[in-house]
Amino acid sequence: MKIFMGFLGVYLLVSLAMAGVGMYFALEKIFPDDDPFLMVNRFIIYSFLLEIFVRYFFQKLPVMDVKPFLTLPVKKSAITHYILGRSALSFYNFMSLIFFLPFCVVLITKGYDRLNVIVWLLAILAIVLLINYINFLVNKSDKVLLVVASILIGCFAFEYFDVLPLTVYFGQLFYSLYEQPYWLFVPVLLLVFAYYANYSFLKRKLFLDTTLRKKTKHVVTSDMTWTRHFGHIAPFLKLDLKLIWRNKRTKTQVFISLAMIFYGLIFYTMGDFGPNSPMMVFVGIFMTGVFLMNFGQFIPSWDSEYYSMMMSQNIPLRNYLESKAKLIYVSVAVMFLLSIPYIYFGWEALAINLACALYNLGVNTPVVLLFGSLNKKRIDLAKSAVGNMQGVSAAQFLVGIPLFGLPMVLYSVLYYSASFQVAIVAMGLVGLIGFLCRKQLIDMTTKAYRNKKYRMIAGFKEKNS
Amino acid sequence: MIEVENLSKTYNGKTVLNIPQLNITKGQSFGLVGNNGAGKTTFFSLLLDLIQPTTGHIVTNNVRVDQSEDWKPFTSSFIDESFLIGYLTPEEYFYFIGELRHQNTADVDALLANFQEFFHGEILGQNKYLRDLSKGNQKKAGIVASFIGQPEVVILDEPFANLDPSTQIRLKGIIKELAAQKGVTVLVSSHDLIHVTEVCERIVVLNKGEVVKDIETSAETLRELEAFFSGSSFSAPGETIIS
Repeated sequence: MKIFMGFLGVYLLVSLAMAGVGMYFALEKIFPDDDPFLMVNRFIIYSFLLEIFVRYFFQKLPVMDVKPFLTLPVKKSAITHYILGRSALSFYNFMSLIFFLPFCVVLITKGYDRLNVIVWLLAILAIVLLINYINFLVNKSDKVLLVVASILIGCFAFEYFDVLPLTVYFGQLFYSLYEQPYWLFVPVLLLVFAYYANYSFLKRKLFLDTTLRKKTKHVVTSDMTWTRHFGHIAPFLKLDLKLIWRNKRTKTQVFISLAMIFYGLIFYTMGDFGPNSPMMVFVGIFMTGVFLMNFGQFIPSWDSEYYSMMMSQNIPLRNYLESKAKLIYVSVAVMFLLSIPYIYFGWEALAINLACALYNLGVNTPVVLLFGSLNKKRIDLAKSAVGNMQGVSAAQFLVGIPLFGLPMVLYSVLYYSASFQVAIVAMGLVGLIGFLCRKQLIDMTTKAYRNKKYRMIAGFKEKNS
Repeated sequence: MIEVENLSKTYNGKTVLNIPQLNITKGQSFGLVGNNGAGKTTFFSLLLDLIQPTTGHIVTNNVRVDQSEDWKPFTSSFIDESFLIGYLTPEEYFYFIGELRHQNTADVDALLANFQEFFHGEILGQNKYLRDLSKGNQKKAGIVASFIGQPEVVILDEPFANLDPSTQIRLKGIIKELAAQKGVTVLVSSHDLIHVTEVCERIVVLNKGEVVKDIETSAETLRELEAFFSGSSFSAPGETIIS
């Protein structure tokens, strides 16, 4: 797993670096009349605003890590400098460096003034660090987020309706950092100011009881009485909904899943594939089944924190699994409904998505649940969502093969040997048959879970996997 | 009520529990004491079928726990925090357990009303998730949850640890009452000899997985146990006990 994470990290960094290199040439090609460097300067303001957004959601404040130092003979000022210094080395800051460094190298080879480019790079990095520290000061205040969001939307609206060419102004502003290097002192001064604001703020707050205490939210509870229509699985369904809504990682999954409805646009607008290509089956399976995969493949790891209780309480395993299956059915149905506008690309798109949704219901749901019995890695729900690979094991990669591979093969064979209609109907039928046999399939899955019970309990107890 | 037959658990060739024969009668309050690594939690986990026995088996109420799930309706337990659901409030947790044990919210409320004093105003109506409660309060919630739904067997691992003195005293009263008046078989483990002797009618001492003492509690018991645990035979490797 470590190796895989390493690969992912390297891949991300390499792609960023490549993007940095390619940026110049891409802009040169798209806007042959404009100076690519000027273009970058124009849009950099959006990248900064977006960065605030991303950091707001994902960057963890490092304050909690200092608890053990408080009782050691270390000066508070040293601890504060340590926290702030360490945050400068955060991954988010490195991402900017990795992107802009190659870009600047390209600029220099293209004949831009060497010294000025270096100064520009320093200024940009200073701004990135400035954002880093402002983010701490903001300290997850929703109000500031709203302000940033409205600025972002406002800028975009001004631009879009030709009220104010803001990007041109901002472009000029950032470009002047290159033209007149002495302007470097502005971002640097701001950075120093932000650092000291943070420093004095943190130093005053460095006591166990105030800032360092985890915030406990006032909980809003609801009875969710409507779930009683689901009969014997109602308690589990309620629990699952709370699980999803009250934990960061699961909640993010929901939003990511909903956003993935746009995934198909990439393929449908590209035109490289025909409207009937097997690639569209991939897209259809993905769009209607994204929650099925994101959430489903970690069943039952989501419940790993309290799995021993689930296994010794008065819970028939079958009800537990049935409630998970129903939740996934609902998600597939919702994703299908959201995908209906794809009819814009022809009735075939709708037919494919419907067949894929049926296939997801009938075949992929039981497959994912069955593969779930191989899960034995713990997931700590309290941990953050992004880049969290907890609970990931080989099973998650293996399961991709039947989920996508089988329907694509089935479709391709029938499509090329018979016709589009036959292929689509066959896929939908297979799904329908699976859906009608769901009782038997869930029984089978229950048996698999029972066989793996001890292994799962032991695995879920291990905290450092 | 509970019959242990030839039970043993071995991890990588090391036997951590070996109980050839043990019977616990209905309505008995049963105490399990022993140093760290004596096999207390292993025994409780085997009772709840959370781990697989290497040899032998446990029968509760004529149900073999590793073969049937029918022991679940009348057994309840609190072993550790992994029995709590962190993202629920205590009330939601109690109602969830209630639903699992076929109790409606009114039943659960009626039961909880008996524990007002035990909760000391720190559990109910706090609008906090269980994961945000202190360790002691989490424990209180977990222990009370194990009383929901008229269980016939209640298993509590180290229930006194992390509790404040007043709560410990209240818990002792609750456990005694459960066994004496309601005929519930209560199994309790503890490091605290005083608590166990006060609460339990019968005390079994485990050492390195073996039953080394099985006594009916009497006025002499506490002294007997203390003498036992200060003996050199009970010091775990690398640990010295000053007697």
